[in-house]
Amino acid sequence: MITDALVIGAGTAGLTAGIRLARGGLRVTVVASGEGCLPLASGTIDILGFAPEAVQSPRGALPGFLDANPEHPYRISGLAGLEQSLAWFVKTTEPLGYRGELSRNQWVPTVLGGLRPTALVPRSMAAADLGGGGEVLIAGIRGFRDFHPALLAANLGRTAAPAPAIRTRAVELEWPGSAGDMPPFRLARRLEDPEIRRRLAAQLHSQLGDATAVGLPAVLGRERAAEVHADLEQRLGRAVFEIPGLPPSLPGLRLFDCLRRALLDAGGRLLLGSTAISATQHQDTVESVTITQASRPVAVSAGFFVLATGGFATGGIIRQPDGQLSEPVFGLPVHGLAPGQEPFGDEYLAEHPLDRVGLSTDAEGRPLGAAGGPHAVNLYAAGAVLAGALPWREKSGEGVSLATGWHAAEAILSGRREDAA
Amino acid sequence: MSLLMETEGMGVRPSLDGCIKCTICESACPYAAVTERFPGPKTVGPQEERFRHGPLSADWSVDYCSGCGICSRVCPQDVRIAEINSRARAQLKEQRGIPLRDQLLARPDVMGRLGRPIRPLFNWAMGTPLVRFPVERVIGIHRKAAVPTVAPRTFQQWARRHPRRAAQDRVVYFHGCSTNYFEPRLGRMVVAVLEHQGLAVEIPQQGCCGLPLQSNGNFPAARTYATRLARQLRSAPGEVPVIASSTSCALMLKREAREILGVEDPALVDVSQRTYDIFEYLRDLHEQGRLKTDFVPVELTVAYHAPCQQQNQLIGKPALDVLALVPGLKLVELDRDCCGVGGTYGIKREKYEISMAVGAGLFSDIKHTAPDLVLCDSETCRWHIAKATGFPVIHPLELLHRAYGGH
Repeated sequence: MITDALVIGAGTAGLTAGIRLARGGLRVTVVASGEGCLPLASGTIDILGFAPEAVQSPRGALPGFLDANPEHPYRISGLAGLEQSLAWFVKTTEPLGYRGELSRNQWVPTVLGGLRPTALVPRSMAAADLGGGGEVLIAGIRGFRDFHPALLAANLGRTAAPAPAIRTRAVELEWPGSAGDMPPFRLARRLEDPEIRRRLAAQLHSQLGDATAVGLPAVLGRERAAEVHADLEQRLGRAVFEIPGLPPSLPGLRLFDCLRRALLDAGGRLLLGSTAISATQHQDTVESVTITQASRPVAVSAGFFVLATGGFATGGIIRQPDGQLSEPVFGLPVHGLAPGQEPFGDEYLAEHPLDRVGLSTDAEGRPLGAAGGPHAVNLYAAGAVLAGALPWREKSGEGVSLATGWHAAEAILSGRREDAA
Repeated sequence: MSLLMETEGMGVRPSLDGCIKCTICESACPYAAVTERFPGPKTVGPQEERFRHGPLSADWSVDYCSGCGICSRVCPQDVRIAEINSRARAQLKEQRGIPLRDQLLARPDVMGRLGRPIRPLFNWAMGTPLVRFPVERVIGIHRKAAVPTVAPRTFQQWARRHPRRAAQDRVVYFHGCSTNYFEPRLGRMVVAVLEHQGLAVEIPQQGCCGLPLQSNGNFPAARTYATRLARQLRSAPGEVPVIASSTSCALMLKREAREILGVEDPALVDVSQRTYDIFEYLRDLHEQGRLKTDFVPVELTVAYHAPCQQQNQLIGKPALDVLALVPGLKLVELDRDCCGVGGTYGIKREKYEISMAVGAGLFSDIKHTAPDLVLCDSETCRWHIAKATGFPVIHPLELLHRAYGGH
């Protein structure tokens, strides 16, 4: 197989790089062993939430944060690159209506009723920012086991900083129609039927009281989510927002659908179910990556390669039982843990030194090889495979993936522009 | 190599230990989305598999899996979900017995052989609602389901008289039952396109690959069929590429016979390593600079649907890559996973409505695009889509044949 650019990984970083490269005129193939992280993600774009204290303005906090964390992947794109990638993202995902500012985090509820900081939210969560307090009605669906409105409302009601008082009430709605098993994807599909919405809204109407906004589980449609959300707001005469919970996450799936569509519209190819297993290299250039197929592996030749396979959770970094760390496709050295350093902290939820490990790169985002310089001139790395970030503590996961994925494509495209000039 | 891949090497069933219950498969399953009769691939797969011991099965809902394989493809953990479910379905059928209807649908070669002598009657009957009602009542084939018509002459009959071209590079053509009995025209075009590349095309006698038997739960017969076919295809001398125009049958040879049925016959292992989907092979030729590009312009708008079993080969969408070379052609990629027919699934009385609901998105995209032609590599999908939308649906190879100036 031949392509101009091969991107390995179909999460935020891989799809971002793939779309940009395809729009830049390259034939792009994105290959991934499965759908990856997006269907499990909340659909919000976290940039920097804790550093380590709560961050109100990522823009304000980032310079100091980078000084304190010189190995952080944000250093690759810098603040300017991050801003450009966010603007690009908002435009690319226009149908989902992402909104927010780099200078102000929004505080959105979790499914357990905590508040967490995030920078961008889709239209369906536009009213979810409870950082300024509010009077909200939390409505669940009886029998939907992943969302418990009373628990959520009670926790939200006693949540401390940064919010002033949030006054909450909880209500449980009877699902119109069959009361069989209710996985979120099926609820989402059913809600695309206006009659189901009419009957749910009718139940809600009498409960609204003083609530200015209604929080619902994040099951408000998939393909026609915009219509479902707008229709519910119109029927209730109140702002309606989704609260993402356990996977599968509809906001994450919608984002995946949207980015996948953007890739295809730009002429890119997406190959799911196929795993990259090895690479061939000639001098300082990667020539091909071998991927699995139904019967025999095949070498994919390309001019550029972007490695966006994620961290431990997705197999981008492997730790052998003897403690040896490796990157399985190119055999790149894994950085971030000093020899002999204990990889784990004392408590499960404590910070573990192992969490920071990953690939180090040069200023262009090219991963370093064993000799200390870039492993190859045409290999870039992006996203959670990079060393230096603690996405779930910092709340920086999507920001890092976006900025580094965007930057990898930028480096490749500007290199080509220079070659052409 | 990751631990997950080592798990894959261990086989289908142990791969369930890789399941982290992320439910990505469930949200991608087009069947679970539309029917409560199918609780989802994870539920009936990695989850219920732990409760299947010997002859006992936790429940029977796995029968509502169509075997489209999307779950295995989207699983980030390499769990062989569709394969686990395919085996569970067979085990279920073993317990309950396979109904006559499923026995029939599982043998397209027998249907073709029996249908041909009474061809006018068969074709008339299948197209006549008055007959289809009792057929639905008695046999259980839905009255509205698309059924192919039997051709007057088999492809094999044509192939026996077709003069073999002498050439240095040879390929073996695996045409499959559908081309033989229902669409011999497609087979002739495949041969013409391959010969146009300067290839000698061997067409050995060949039977069914066993895929319909496998999907209808008759594993012993499916194993016999697959092994016999591999030996027949191997009867042509030399280790030359085996080219398939039926994409689901290609996948059967490439992987399913080994992975799901557990066939280890050396003939099958050998053939599976050198089987190519027709467009996969043509794309390879193009990348080697060997594909003829003496195309005539084709001023048409065509919409391409990549069927599940083609996607499960993990070769991308080679038909799009090759057809992009045809001047004048406007290609629209239909971004949908499954048409809903699942081979013989959507033909069955109790599953037809599910099948139509699964395909609804695809059908509406086609109507919205309003193309001159719809392209799809799989025969059962072509029949199903054509019946559901009223649009003409052809194999992409037919269009390529036309672009080479063929009629």
